[in-house]
Amino acid sequence: MDISESKDFLVHTASLKEVRTFSRNVFDKLNLNNDLKDELVLAIAEAAQNVVKHAYKGVEDTSDHMQIKISLTGDQLEIGFYDKGKPVVAENIQHRKLDDIKPGGLGTYFIKQIMDDAVFKKDQQQWVNHLVLTKKI
Amino acid sequence: MSYKISEEGNISTVFLNGEIDMDVTEKAKEVILPLVETGKEVHLNLKDVSYMDSSGISVLIESHQKALEHNTKVVVKEVSKSVLKVIMMAKLEQILNLE
Repeated sequence: MDISESKDFLVHTASLKEVRTFSRNVFDKLNLNNDLKDELVLAIAEAAQNVVKHAYKGVEDTSDHMQIKISLTGDQLEIGFYDKGKPVVAENIQHRKLDDIKPGGLGTYFIKQIMDDAVFKKDQQQWVNHLVLTKKI
Repeated sequence: MSYKISEEGNISTVFLNGEIDMDVTEKAKEVILPLVETGKEVHLNLKDVSYMDSSGISVLIESHQKALEHNTKVVVKEVSKSVLKVIMMAKLEQILNLE
């Protein structure tokens, strides 16, 4: 079953629960097993959190929205994240080493563990950042 | 996220409830860290925590490290399956005191 659903969310930590609910609702329609569903929801939530935490770093209150688009074509799942925050320099993104135990720096690691690929694309005029996560399911 | 705290002897137990994400991490730290700073042993009961992301994991790490600074310990108890998966993904099951 192919699917493509998108939704806009206010760029704020309070939106993260709404992001998870939207994601779960989409994945419920795809009849994914619960473990995979939990992992995908976590990856999406971490990416959305990165928008709030990094692309909008230092911005206390904004009326900006980010958009999340979940698409399944055949067995290829693609999740797009669009925002108008500060431009992300993909080369600067790295997670902390796992044996360097300290708070923070795990979100990107989780995304990489769960998804097959994570790529920032420069293909949007109306948005600043466009992250695409993909996974064969 | 909601919580309740019980005290028994030298152990403070924090029963956390709900989903722990970036939106509630400050609140969670405000509850947990002052208890750790008293030098008491702190138990975090996660039985009713249905979701935790990297921000929640950071709270666990910070609590654990703060406990070491104060010569005490934080014990993470009754972890739900979904939260345990995240702890294991972060390879922290040998670092945190899980019971």
